[in-house]
Amino acid sequence: MTELAGSLFILLGSVFLFSAGLGLLRMPDAFTRIQAGTKATTLGATLIMVGLAIHHPGWTFKLLLIVYFVFVGNPVSSHALARSGHKTGTPMWRGRGRPETRD
Amino acid sequence: MTPDSFLSMCLTAGFALIMLSLILAFVRLAKGPSFSDRVVALDMMSVSIVAFCALYAVKTGVGSFLDIASVVALIGFLATVALARFAERGLHRDRTITYDKGTQPPGSRAAPAPEGEAKT
Repeated sequence: MTELAGSLFILLGSVFLFSAGLGLLRMPDAFTRIQAGTKATTLGATLIMVGLAIHHPGWTFKLLLIVYFVFVGNPVSSHALARSGHKTGTPMWRGRGRPETRD
Repeated sequence: MTPDSFLSMCLTAGFALIMLSLILAFVRLAKGPSFSDRVVALDMMSVSIVAFCALYAVKTGVGSFLDIASVVALIGFLATVALARFAERGLHRDRTITYDKGTQPPGSRAAPAPEGEAKT
């Protein structure tokens, strides 16, 4: 039963990684692409590592280490990318449904 | 369906989905209009490769692929941050270089000539 749960975790994480790739291709703006490319990959990689830790309990420490690296690295790189994009004047999306924000 | 066959099916589906996401990220890397788009595509590809290495470790049963995955995670993070800082630093360098032709930069004001030199 727990092995079935681990396999489902692996499948769900792969689906999240695929949705991250799709969002990276389909989003209209550099900043929205940053959101799609970092948040969804964090969740997808974490789900995959949890599924692998259920299947192989002996590898739990290494998998937790990888999850820690992804959890620390992805928000920091996302913040640095958004900051540099905003400072260098990357154009924002001006389409329908855009909230009124100050550039 | 036995749990082992379900695991192998999930692993195959995971490999296929991660490869598809890598292809989509590569399309964004090739045609991304701004520098941030390309760097985001690289970051996402590195995280996808980490997940791919972990899945491959389970498929083959070799635990050393997990070490490769952690190293790829660290290097991808460092590369992303370094490229973001590089983009910002290029902006500052351009800002300090651009001056009009007649004016001098504020730091390099000409020093007044010493008294003894003016007499000779």
